[in-house]
Amino acid sequence: MKIGVPKEVHEGERRVATTPTVAEQLQKLGFTVAIEAGAGAEANFSDDAYREVGVEIIDDARKLWEESDIVLKVRPPEAHPFCGPEAELLREGGNLISFIWPAQNPELLEKFKERKATVLAMDCIPRISRAQKMDALSSMANCAGYRAVIEAAEHFGSFFTGQITAAGKVPPAKVLIIGAGVAGLAAIGAAVSLGAVVRAFDVRPEVKDQVESLGAEFLQVEMEGESGTGVGGYAKEMSEEFIKKEMEIFARQAMEVDIIITTALIPGKPAPKLITKGMVESMKDGSVIVDLAAEQGGNCELTEPGKVVKKFGATIIGYTDLPSRMPTTSSQLYATNLRHLLTELCPEKNGVIDVNMDDVVIRGATVVKDGEITWPPPPIPVSKEEKPAPEAVAAPPVTEEKKEKKKLPAEWVTAIVMAIGGLALYGMGMVAPPEFLSHFTVFVLACFVGYMVIWNVTPALHTPLMSVTNAISGIIVIGALIQISSPGILLKLLAGIAVLIASVNIFGGFWVTQRMLGMFRK
Amino acid sequence: MPQGVIIVSYIAATILFILALGGLSHPETARRGNLFGIIGMTLAIVATLLSDQVTSYSFLIIMMVIGGSAGVYVARKVEMTQMPELVAILHSLVGLAAVLIGFANFIDPTAEFEGAAKTVHEVEIYLGILIGAVTFTGSVIAFGKLCGKISGTPVLLPGRHWINLAMLVLVILLGKWFLGAESTGAGIMALILMTLIGFAFGVHMVMAIGGADMPVVVSMLNSYSGWAASATGFMLSNDLLIVTGALVGSSGAILSYIMCRAMNRHFLSVIAGGFGTEGGAPAAAAGEAGEVVSVDPQETAELLESAKNVIIVPGYGMAVAQAQYTVAEIVKTLRDKGVNVRFAIHPVAGRMPGHMNVLLAEAKVPYDIVFEMDEINEDFPDTDVAIVIGANDIVNPSAEEDPNSPIAGMPVLEVWKAKTCIVLKRSMATGYAGVDNPLFFRENTRMLFGDAKDSLEKVLAELKK
Repeated sequence: MKIGVPKEVHEGERRVATTPTVAEQLQKLGFTVAIEAGAGAEANFSDDAYREVGVEIIDDARKLWEESDIVLKVRPPEAHPFCGPEAELLREGGNLISFIWPAQNPELLEKFKERKATVLAMDCIPRISRAQKMDALSSMANCAGYRAVIEAAEHFGSFFTGQITAAGKVPPAKVLIIGAGVAGLAAIGAAVSLGAVVRAFDVRPEVKDQVESLGAEFLQVEMEGESGTGVGGYAKEMSEEFIKKEMEIFARQAMEVDIIITTALIPGKPAPKLITKGMVESMKDGSVIVDLAAEQGGNCELTEPGKVVKKFGATIIGYTDLPSRMPTTSSQLYATNLRHLLTELCPEKNGVIDVNMDDVVIRGATVVKDGEITWPPPPIPVSKEEKPAPEAVAAPPVTEEKKEKKKLPAEWVTAIVMAIGGLALYGMGMVAPPEFLSHFTVFVLACFVGYMVIWNVTPALHTPLMSVTNAISGIIVIGALIQISSPGILLKLLAGIAVLIASVNIFGGFWVTQRMLGMFRK
Repeated sequence: MPQGVIIVSYIAATILFILALGGLSHPETARRGNLFGIIGMTLAIVATLLSDQVTSYSFLIIMMVIGGSAGVYVARKVEMTQMPELVAILHSLVGLAAVLIGFANFIDPTAEFEGAAKTVHEVEIYLGILIGAVTFTGSVIAFGKLCGKISGTPVLLPGRHWINLAMLVLVILLGKWFLGAESTGAGIMALILMTLIGFAFGVHMVMAIGGADMPVVVSMLNSYSGWAASATGFMLSNDLLIVTGALVGSSGAILSYIMCRAMNRHFLSVIAGGFGTEGGAPAAAAGEAGEVVSVDPQETAELLESAKNVIIVPGYGMAVAQAQYTVAEIVKTLRDKGVNVRFAIHPVAGRMPGHMNVLLAEAKVPYDIVFEMDEINEDFPDTDVAIVIGANDIVNPSAEEDPNSPIAGMPVLEVWKAKTCIVLKRSMATGYAGVDNPLFFRENTRMLFGDAKDSLEKVLAELKK
């Protein structure tokens, strides 16, 4: 099947749905790939780079849409400046994979239905661990989080890291990051590595470890029994009391920090208003707010989506196209997500896709199948905490249970063992001849010497230890040597064989030990 | 030669043997230690040869030359990956020698004992032969399992504990018969029967033990061979044999203990055998359904080059694939590029204690970058890349996290705490313990499938580009 990648038409959109690297891999799956001339130019991928890996370049968008069996895009279809609505360019019965946002764009779905198309929405990939490699929302959020810090740095008039120089001391920038999702964590990482003092807030207490592992401080609302974790690891709306408390934290932080990056989103709801006008007013002059939720209305009351505004001395950045502002990497990541999805769709690697509605991931992503609207998909349980506990776990070995029941206190066991050992010794002393006892003394002492010596052996030399003890236990040859001169052929033979095999031990053991030890070097 | 001089020589030999073992506390002193051992052995043998008891030399020397050259030949030829097999077969020889000497001693007409001394002497013979017999067949089976001639999976006869018990009772009854025997002929009969039971017992015991428990078995047999020598010493009233046997016996016992602790298993439960068949399957049923992310050699090379700290965790798979030279080469290349590469060795990695260290030493990896589990386990969180080569159970996080896992509580190398963990593996099969490994499904784990040696050679080629 032929994959077509048109140039994005949204104003200011620099990303492209496939890169030369990925296009090459797509061809390995059996697809042929075509791209609209100049589609990758804004993301620094020239037409020549595509041509080099065997991608066909098509000048006319209409022709590209017509010829392609599968169209890959970034943004949802919208009005094309020359050719009318993109959704209508899609071939009858064709396939489209892109961001769709079906909840916000029901009319798009209707159009696909008319065209009997099959459409997979990258924003509808379920959030389960198997689908992580296709999770374009996460990879875009990662770019956005990083870029948010870079945008903040551009509008912030100081260093991020603290410095003590001959010309005076510069304090480190203090950054507050609200929402520790993928974007938030990426922002934390970027800000920390620039040297800022970073604090992060999230309603979900379980992200504390992740935040702290990146080197930021975790701010938390102290409240019993309320966790902000909703379905799919996303946040949910909180109670009024909780919101009041968290707003207090933000108000206090706003006076202190230089930069606020907000990433708070609740799926299917407008972004919560977390930074009030009053808080912006209380911030130091020159402070920066980056509102990653601008597209959904913004976390800050004063955010103007798509614009940078200055209010009360603070710069408020409301860009809605942060991933598109680092188009090379975000295109590469998005294209890779697409490739993973196509790999799932084309398990035979024969260049033909099979929209298998039994597969949870594909089912979730498919919003229109052969002209039938299949959105929303049936819910699947996804979050880790909600996984049903595995039933019938391995029964612990029976022996252990027995042990539990029979277990005596350790001192008792020691005492009993000692007592039995002592009694046995005395019993032996009663009957054994003195000569035996003197040998026995030597034996017991030797055991203790062995015990002391062996514990000092370094574990690295355990193999040489075994081979040298092999050699040494060849000392048993002495027993055979003594007997070999005794009369009797049978006796001689037995002793002779014993000498032979014990000699194998002695010579072999020492030799191989020497060989091994020679290898250990610094 | 006067008896006094012989005894003094034996004392000197004893001290030299102790020094030989003591020298193994450090690689620097170990070679000198081995030399002490050789001197001690020479001293003991020469002194014995010069004693009044030895009169005929020609036969003896022929035997020693044949045995000695066979030993040297094997020692020169053996591959380092085959060390466990060699050690196992050498154990069996000690066991067989003990059996032979026991029989020889029993039929020796020159020995005259009376009363209690006679009983004690006969008990010593009996025990010496028994331990020797078990050591002999046990080691032969262990050898077969180690070199793959016998399947590594435990062979579990129904009611095997009862069989063992029955054999024990039989041995005791035979012992009673043996002690009460009037003539040497009847005694010999009892001895032969008992030896056969001992042989059967050795076979049965080691057959029931799985491949993963081999380090314990090998060190346990090491211990047995020592006790066999010691028992022979009692039999011959020879203190040198007693002491040396005791040294070797306690050495093997301690090694077995260390190995058991490293697997968090009871010594008895290892000996009782059957690990990897009970309890393994249900745990796998509860196992994680996850996505495995694979990686190719090129990406692996890139990851390694951009890393600052790398820890390599070798396992039996490295030995099987003979990949130690390639590993060493990769380490050298990376170290030349300024990457801090170290090795982490789990006590039971491989098929015998210290197996991995010997392989790495063979490939000329400097021993000061090879670390024990306890020394290095805390460093994983600061590590950029951890590479697991052919190891499975020793890096299984469920040992720490899943109390129902059959390997719960076993100390493991915490490779999953590294930023990225690359696992080299042939396929998605479970380890010897038959336990699913959730490590493979971790987010930061990348699987490099294929033969370890092939994959590593490709990585090396990429690194050298």
